[in-house]
Amino acid sequence: MAESTLEKRGARTAVNGPEAGLTKLNPLADKLKLRLDEDQLTNCMRCGFCLPACPTFRETGIEAESPRGRIALMKAVADGLMDPDEAFETQMNHCLGCRACEPACPADVKYGQLIEQARDAIEDHTTSHRWWVKTVRSVMFKQVFPKQRNMRLLGGALQLYQRTGLARLARGAGAMKLLPRHLADMEAIMPAASRTGVVDRIGEHVPARGPRIAKVGLFRGCLMDVLFTETNVKTAELLATAGFEVVIPPAQNCCGALHAHSGEAEGARALARRNIRAFREAGVDYIVSNAGGCGAALVEYDHLLHEDVQWREDAAWFAQRVIDVSELLMRSGRVTELLAVGLPETRDAAQAASSEAGSRASAPPVADGDPRAGAVAGGTPIAAAACAPAAETITYQDSCHLRNVMRSAEAPRRLLQQVAGTCYTEMCESDRCCGSAGIYNLTQPEMAGDILAHKMEHANRTGAGVILTSNPGCLLQMKLGVKRHGRDAEVTHVVDYLHRRLRIQEAPRRG
Amino acid sequence: MQEGARTELLRILGEQGFRDDQESRITHSYDGTPMLQALPDAVVYPVDTAQVSAIMKVLARHRIPVVGRGSGTNLCGGTVPLEGGVVMVMHRMNRILEVDLDNLTATVQPGLITKDFIAHVEGLGLFYPPDPSSMAISTIGGNIAECSGGLRGLKYGTTKDYVLGLEAVLPSGEIIRTGGKLMKDVAGYDLTKLLVGSEGTLAIVTEATLKLIPPPAAKKTMLAMYADLYDAARTVSRIIERRIIPATLEFLDNPTIRVVDAYAGLGLPLDMAAILLIEQDGPPELVERDIGQIEAICREERAVRVQVAESAEEAQKLLTARRSAFTALARLRPTTILEDATVPRSKIADMVLEINRIAAKHAVNICTFGHAGDGNLHPTATTDARDQDEIHRVEAAFAEIFEASIRLGGTITGEHGVGVVKAPYLEWKVGAAGIEVMRAIKSSFDPHNLLNPGKVFAKETRKRVVIDRG
Ligand SMILES: Cc1cc2nc3c(=O)[nH]c(=O)nc-3n(C[C@H](O)[C@H](O)[C@H](O)COP(=O)(O)OP(=O)(O)OC[C@H]3O[C@@H](n4cnc5c(N)ncnc54)[C@H](O)[C@@H]3O)c2cc1C
Ligand code: SF4
Ligand code: SF4
Repeated sequence: MAESTLEKRGARTAVNGPEAGLTKLNPLADKLKLRLDEDQLTNCMRCGFCLPACPTFRETGIEAESPRGRIALMKAVADGLMDPDEAFETQMNHCLGCRACEPACPADVKYGQLIEQARDAIEDHTTSHRWWVKTVRSVMFKQVFPKQRNMRLLGGALQLYQRTGLARLARGAGAMKLLPRHLADMEAIMPAASRTGVVDRIGEHVPARGPRIAKVGLFRGCLMDVLFTETNVKTAELLATAGFEVVIPPAQNCCGALHAHSGEAEGARALARRNIRAFREAGVDYIVSNAGGCGAALVEYDHLLHEDVQWREDAAWFAQRVIDVSELLMRSGRVTELLAVGLPETRDAAQAASSEAGSRASAPPVADGDPRAGAVAGGTPIAAAACAPAAETITYQDSCHLRNVMRSAEAPRRLLQQVAGTCYTEMCESDRCCGSAGIYNLTQPEMAGDILAHKMEHANRTGAGVILTSNPGCLLQMKLGVKRHGRDAEVTHVVDYLHRRLRIQEAPRRG
Repeated sequence: MQEGARTELLRILGEQGFRDDQESRITHSYDGTPMLQALPDAVVYPVDTAQVSAIMKVLARHRIPVVGRGSGTNLCGGTVPLEGGVVMVMHRMNRILEVDLDNLTATVQPGLITKDFIAHVEGLGLFYPPDPSSMAISTIGGNIAECSGGLRGLKYGTTKDYVLGLEAVLPSGEIIRTGGKLMKDVAGYDLTKLLVGSEGTLAIVTEATLKLIPPPAAKKTMLAMYADLYDAARTVSRIIERRIIPATLEFLDNPTIRVVDAYAGLGLPLDMAAILLIEQDGPPELVERDIGQIEAICREERAVRVQVAESAEEAQKLLTARRSAFTALARLRPTTILEDATVPRSKIADMVLEINRIAAKHAVNICTFGHAGDGNLHPTATTDARDQDEIHRVEAAFAEIFEASIRLGGTITGEHGVGVVKAPYLEWKVGAAGIEVMRAIKSSFDPHNLLNPGKVFAKETRKRVVIDRG
């Protein structure tokens, strides 16, 4: 029998259940076999190191809700051990796509790619979306996100709705109650939409202030430019102050992140090609993003188009140049100098705070075991007691995609720690997903709600009056958190906060 | 699963605690061991000892096998349900029941994550030394069942040295308690020690009383590089001879150095035969003195380069090479097979040379790193499960490595356990009579062979390879 252990090991891959040798016709199974990258499936050695990093595993303690479990399920389908049933679909959709499992993985398994491949295959077949998810999806993915003009129109409609008091009426009349609770909640925290985007406000070009360091292209984002136009404007102004010449190519469009994460790969590729062309033609040194979710999609265009012979090289050119705004601001050094000096009225507080700076966190947590990966564990909470009395206490919630995909965790923290007159307090488990995850909080409200509740416990414990984020989705989610569970805290984008603290001179506005 | 047993289990556990859907079965068919998979019939999640006992009674009555499972990170096939049956996941029993500051003990449930436990006791100013590299996700129950070691094993010992008492449920459903908050206890056979390392084949551990110690006040880290393997090995022996027991004494061989450098870009000298990573902890004066002496020994033994970290950051840097070893290896090829042959520490150089010779002979890639102070080496093969021919060669190489280890006075596994993977080799180490005694112990605990069947005892022992040393 046991001539050798490894033969035994090999022999054991034949499974003892009735599923073995499953041959039933299942088109989804065939598609999954085709789409799932066999190498990545094999690379997973089932060590389990990703489990503690995974929010859905932590929330449930169930192996199937972990990255290792999900990969095992995909592999079982690919190996023909299992039929992809409805539970399989549900499980794939439960994943937040936060990709915290990637930096934790010793074998460098590209989980993000696997889950996208799985969802892509499922999307072609599924019949199980709830009615409103389905409708919203189809309109959003095919009509709204790809067309910035339609995004604008949506922005206009939203604005009209908000301005005219229709919103109040709807809330008052209980129309919102007809929507699922999370949608209604989201409606209440939505920022004022605007009909004019960043280009309408400041034009396509902002010259560098002082000696020019480089020419950067601002990626404005589709939702970002409708709901957070002001943040886009401020991003350009901060960058100009830091010494960068900013261009905003108007031909750019949605990054395609939501498409890719939701199984609409072809749609994502079409959007990618248009963006690549727009920025290539603008001849920029960097492509700057101020939304972790978009940045992560942009930085992976090389992978997205790796099978496209015609676009492969341009995609690599593009991906190499994508950078988050915080990272670029850190590198320039000029903004950090300004931050350290501080505003006139906060200088005293700054001095008081800096005398205690020794007891503050100077760097985010770093991974144990992997010199290149981001941290696996959460941030170590720092006692708020170290703060000077006059200082404003602030904290930072990582954008999962900024941290786990763009691998940028230090830059935003360093910038914030340097703001004079504030006290930066690290939130426990700040590296963990807030439950927003693209449209996850719309499609998986229960899990998202549980995760958010835990997040807010930690946020409240920091005592911070301002919660900073680097991604619009996280920002809205944290606002929702404050609304549902919070102490009275402001939630704002790192860029807006820095801009405010620095009282940056505004570029001439047009609209 | 038979309808009768299923109904009874559902009654005990409720919908939340019993699953036998496809998804649950697939996701409990594997552990950290490469190329090994078998489906259970059901998965159960007990919440307390009473439930475990009730479950065991049902299973015993229906003669259904049961496999205890922590986080499924073991490397010996320990949680793969070879004969189907039930996988019992301990995650819901994960509480710290008590930390007794008078007796310096902690009482915990088995599903507790090792790192969470360590963090908790450290928060109280105490120290629990066993720190397997998998501690961020491994459970205390899994650590106990495998008698796991870690980087601090040389000075502080392994899990067995910290388990004072256990509560466990026998296959019959009966609950036993062994040991206690006692530093001394010779009342009868030492069942505590017997259960530690029993790989889930004798009983399900439901509670453990663990020993805590005061933490060391200071720690210092150094790195030494050698052009000759024997110089490094002699350094290890000389340090111990001088009555210095470092907290950590880790080792990387040349193939590992190359892989680590390619991965982490540390600028390591690639012509070195070995790197030793040494840490001492304790009272500051003692740490200074020991590190000074160790540094001198390293130089006497012709270390080419010796670096002593002067700050915590520098220490982190020195640790990077050793810490990234596994990650670097895991990324080389799709399949990584990590073994843990262990020899008396004086035989380390001979063993490493043997491993390299065997790897070359079979044309496979094996890098070796590990706990030099314990003589516990991790020869790690990087391969591809899909390449049958290569897998056969890897397997032949490991058989020879186990043989070499035993020939040098060592053992087939130092800390990962026998499980199914090393079962065919167990007799080489313990002999036929040894196997018989173990079988007798097994059947007195588990007469119907329901607990983790197929583990530790092989259906057949592998023929010992005749070594040709040419
Ligand atoms: C990358 C990697 C690095 C590793 N590094 C180390 C290391 O440095 N040192 C080391 O010693 N090991 C190491 N291991 C091996 C493994 O992590 C340890 O054996 C660990 O103790 C297993 O814990 P677990 O909770 O995952 O147990 P599991 O794998 O779930 O189970 C292990 C065994 O314990 C049994 N078991 C689990 N819980 C119970 C219980 N409550 N009662 C009875 N039996 C039970 C199971 O049946 C099984 O036989 C490593 C593994 C990996 C993948
Ligand atoms: S950490 Fe990586 S290799 Fe390990 S189980 Fe998770 S995905 Fe697989
Ligand atoms: S992406 Fe996030 S939620 Fe999904 S498996 Fe990875 S860690 Fe878990």
